[in-house]
Amino acid sequence: MSKTIEERERVIVRFAGDSGDGMQLAGSRFTDATAALGNDLATLPNFPAEIRAPAGTLAGVSAFQIHFASRDILTPGDAPNVLVAMNPAALKSNLAELDRGATIIVNEDAFSKRNLEKADYDANPLEDGSLSGYRVHRIPMTTLTARAVEGIEEASSRDAGRAKNLFALGVLSWLYGRPTEVTQHWIEQKFGRNPAVAEANLAAFNAGWSFGETTELLDVQYRVNPATDVAAGTYRTVNGTTALALGLIAASVRSGLPLLLASYPITPASELLHELSRHAGFGVRTIQAEDEIAAAGMALGAAFGGRLGVTATSGPGMDLKEETIGLAVALELPMVVIDVQRAGPSTGMPTKTEQSDLLMALHGRHGESPLPVIAPSTSGGCFAAAFEAVQLAIRYRTPVILLSDTFLASSSEPWRVPVVSDLPAIDPAFARAGGNGEPFQPYSRDDHLARPWAIPGTPGLQHRIGGLEKTDGSGNISYEPANHERMTELRAAKVAGIEVPPLEVEADAGAELLVLGWGSSEGAVRAGARRARLNGHAVACAHIRHLNPLPPNTGEVLRSFDRVLVPEMNSGQLAQILRAKYLVDVESFCKVQGRPLFAAEIEREIEARA
Amino acid sequence: MSAVKTNGNGGAPPALTKADFQSDQETRWCPGCGDYAVLSAVQQFMPELDIPPERIVFITGIGCAGRFAYYMNTYGLHGIHGRAPALATGLASTRPDLSIWVVSGDGDALSIGGNHLIHALRRNVPLKILLFNNQVYGLTKGQASPTSGIGMVTKSTPFGVSDHPFNPVALALGAEATFVARTIDRDRRHVTEVLRRAARHDGAALVEIYQNCPVFNDGAFSALTEKDVKDQNQIRLEHGKPIRFGAEDERGVARAPDGHLAIVDVADVGEDALIVHDSHRMDPGLAFSLARLADDPTEPTPIGIFREVQRPVFGRTGPARTQTASDEQLEELLLSGDTWTVT
Repeated sequence: MSKTIEERERVIVRFAGDSGDGMQLAGSRFTDATAALGNDLATLPNFPAEIRAPAGTLAGVSAFQIHFASRDILTPGDAPNVLVAMNPAALKSNLAELDRGATIIVNEDAFSKRNLEKADYDANPLEDGSLSGYRVHRIPMTTLTARAVEGIEEASSRDAGRAKNLFALGVLSWLYGRPTEVTQHWIEQKFGRNPAVAEANLAAFNAGWSFGETTELLDVQYRVNPATDVAAGTYRTVNGTTALALGLIAASVRSGLPLLLASYPITPASELLHELSRHAGFGVRTIQAEDEIAAAGMALGAAFGGRLGVTATSGPGMDLKEETIGLAVALELPMVVIDVQRAGPSTGMPTKTEQSDLLMALHGRHGESPLPVIAPSTSGGCFAAAFEAVQLAIRYRTPVILLSDTFLASSSEPWRVPVVSDLPAIDPAFARAGGNGEPFQPYSRDDHLARPWAIPGTPGLQHRIGGLEKTDGSGNISYEPANHERMTELRAAKVAGIEVPPLEVEADAGAELLVLGWGSSEGAVRAGARRARLNGHAVACAHIRHLNPLPPNTGEVLRSFDRVLVPEMNSGQLAQILRAKYLVDVESFCKVQGRPLFAAEIEREIEARA
Repeated sequence: MSAVKTNGNGGAPPALTKADFQSDQETRWCPGCGDYAVLSAVQQFMPELDIPPERIVFITGIGCAGRFAYYMNTYGLHGIHGRAPALATGLASTRPDLSIWVVSGDGDALSIGGNHLIHALRRNVPLKILLFNNQVYGLTKGQASPTSGIGMVTKSTPFGVSDHPFNPVALALGAEATFVARTIDRDRRHVTEVLRRAARHDGAALVEIYQNCPVFNDGAFSALTEKDVKDQNQIRLEHGKPIRFGAEDERGVARAPDGHLAIVDVADVGEDALIVHDSHRMDPGLAFSLARLADDPTEPTPIGIFREVQRPVFGRTGPARTQTASDEQLEELLLSGDTWTVT
C-alpha cells in the first residue's frame, strides 16, 4: 500500500519501558541513525534510581528522549510528540508529559492484568477510552518479535523476549525514515560473537521496519530533513561526561602533564571515572579512592608533583572535598574539581538534575578562599570547559571548580570535533633554579599574581608549603597581622583578575527584557526566547559560563535592560549574587523539581513579562 | 637554604651530610620533646639513602609532628589533619622517581586520618610512614588520643579515658601492611636501624615511634627508656633469632599450651621452646600475636620489625603513564566512534 509522507521540522520521541526492556539501547541506536541522517539532535536518558526495581512497576520505568530536527536545536525537548510505551507503567509515568494529540505506540502484549495491577491501573487504559485524545497504535510487539525470531536456530525464547526493543526501534525507524544500515551494522558488530543473538536482534529490527511499512495501523510516514544550518566540520555525538573526559585528556596532552583523576563512586559523577579509566594509554591514571576526601587529596598531591590533578564528584562529595580545596587555595597549586550537580540537600535525588551547588562552589569553605568557578552550558561545551579549567588552574596556580550537572552529563548532542592543532598549548612553566644564589621565593608572584610551580625533583628549589598562612614572597609561616591581610588580598586579587570573555548578548531591537541564564539551561533559554520571538516579542538573552570571576561587562549588561529574568534550577542563587554585586533588581524564575528547565517554561515567563 | 649540590666536572657528587637536610627554619617544639631526637636521627640518616634532597618529599598532617616537614631541607608539604597519606598517594602514584615520607601522629593517623592510613597500607603505596605516638593530643593542648590508655586523665577525660585504645602495630598488621615496625625516640641507634630497613622496603612501611610528650604525657614510655628498667621491658625483635630479653636474656617469648604467646623464664621452658622471630612470614599471625603481647608500654613490649614481606606495589601495574599521548593519538581519540562530516 502507498503511504502518505509528511514533513516535520522537528520531532520529539520518547522510548519508555521497564528497566529490563532495553530502552536506552533503542534510544541510542535511534540517535546514531538520526545523526547519520544529518539531523540536528539532542537526547536525554532518564533512569530509575533503583538498580533493579521490581519489573513492571512505576519505579522501574526507564526512558530515553530524543529531539531531532532539520534545523539547529537547543534542548532535548519538552513534550514528546511520540511516546513508545513498552508496558503499562511506562505509559502511566509518561502520559502526563504528552500534549493532547500526541502519538502513543504501545506494546499491546504487555498490557496484561498483572502488569496493569503493577502500574496501579484499575482498568486497561487501552480499553477504557481514557486515551481518546491521543493517536494510539497498539502493536503486539512481544508476539511479533517471537514470530520473527522463531525460525532462528539456537535463538532461545529468552533471546526473542529481549529483542522486542529492536522491534520497537524498527517501527520507529520506519516511521521517521531513519537509515537501517547504521543499526544493522551495529547489531552485527555488537553481537558478532554470538550469531544467534545477532540474528534474533536483526530479525526483530527488520520485522519492526516491515511492520511499519505494511501495516495499515500506521498510515503516515514522516520525514525530517537533514539540518542545513550547521557549521562545516567533523561531528560525533557526545554527552557531557564524554566531552569532559575528552577535554581533560586534550588538556593533558596539550600541557604535557600526565593526568590523575582520583574519584570515589557517586551518582552521577562515577561515569567520568569509568570513562577516564579506559584511557590508560593516554598517560591517564585513575584511582578509586577510599573516600571523597582522599580523592581530593590525591589530586592535590599529584598537583604538588607537577601533574594534572583532577577530582570529580557530585553534591554530597563536594561537602567532603571542600577541606582539601581550601588547602589548594592556600597552597596555590593547580587542581581541577568537577562537580556534577544533582538534587540535594543530603542524598536528595541522586539521579535528578539541579544547579544548587553554585553558592557552595563560590563560598563553601571556611576562611576567605576565592577560586575560579566555570560552568559549561551544553554537553559538547563540556569539552571546552574542561580544557579551560585546566588552563586557568595552571596559569593562575589555583584550584578551579567546574560545575556540570546531571542533565549535561547524560544528555547527548552532535559535537563538532576540534582540530588538535587549534587547541592552544598549555605551558606549565615549572620553576627552575635561578643560579644567582638568591634563596628561592615560593610565594613570589608573576604578572597574573601566580606563584612559581616548583616541583619535587628540581634541584635547588626545595621548599616547604602548607595550610598555615605564609609570608608574602618567602612562603615561611607567618602570623603577622599585616601579612595575613596582604595575603588575603593577593589571593582575592589573583582570582578577580582572571581574564574571562565578556558576556555576549543576543538582543532584538527594542528588547526591554534580558533573560540571563547560567550553566546547563542555555538551550532552554535560547529556545524559549526563540519561540517568544516567533510570537512577536522582542527579547534579549545572554548566558554566563564564568561564575567567578563574572564576565567584565556583567554590570553594564544588567543595567542596559529594564528587566532581567534569571532562570535557575535552584531557589535563586545566581540572582542573589547579581543583586549583591551589581545592585540590580533581577527577577528569578526558579525550578527545583530535579528536572531541566524547559523551553516552554522560559517562553511562558518571557510572555508573562511582555 | 644550603648550597645546591651539583654533579659538575664529571666528578662524583660531594657526599651529602646531615647539614644538607637541615632547613633554615627554627624548630619550635617544646623543650625536651621527643620530636627533636627523631628529627635529628632522620637528618643524620638521610645521607645514607644517597638520594639528593630534591628527590625526597616529606608530607605531614596536623599536630606537633606536622611541623616536621618544615625542618627538612627537602620538598615538603604540610597538609591537613589526617590527610597526609592521601596527598602522598596522589604524589606517589604519579611520581615514582621520588622518595616519599609521611610524618604523622597518633591523633592524625589513627583518629581523623584512620581511613587514609589503612588504605595506604592495604594498597601498599610506596610511602614511609612515621607515626609519632605520644598517646595524647599535644598541639591542641592535651586531650585524649586513640592510643591513650584506659583511665588516663586528660583535659577531655577528667574522669579517665574509657575508650579502648588502638594498638597501631596491630592495626597496621590488620590492614596487611607489608612493613610494620616500632621504635623509641630515645634510642637513636634503634630508630636509625629501623628507618634504614623501612627506606629499603619496596612498598608501604609503617614505623610507630614511641615519642615522649614532656608537657602533656611525660614518661609514658619510661618503662622502655629508663636505664634501670628498660632491659626488663624492651623485647627486641630480630629476624631469625629466638625472642628473648632481660638484662641477661633470661626471659623470652614462647607459645603457651592454649596457643597464645606468653612471656616466660628461659630457665623454666628451655631455649628450644622460645619462638624464633620470622618477620618475612606472609601469614601475619605471629606478628599480630607479638603486637598484642603488651596492652600498654608499661610492661615488656616488643620493638623492632614485626613484618617485612613483599607483595605488589601500588601504581606498578598497567602502563607507566609518566608521559602523555601525542597530538596524533589525541586526534585519533577525538575522532573515535561514529563520526560524520558536514561540508
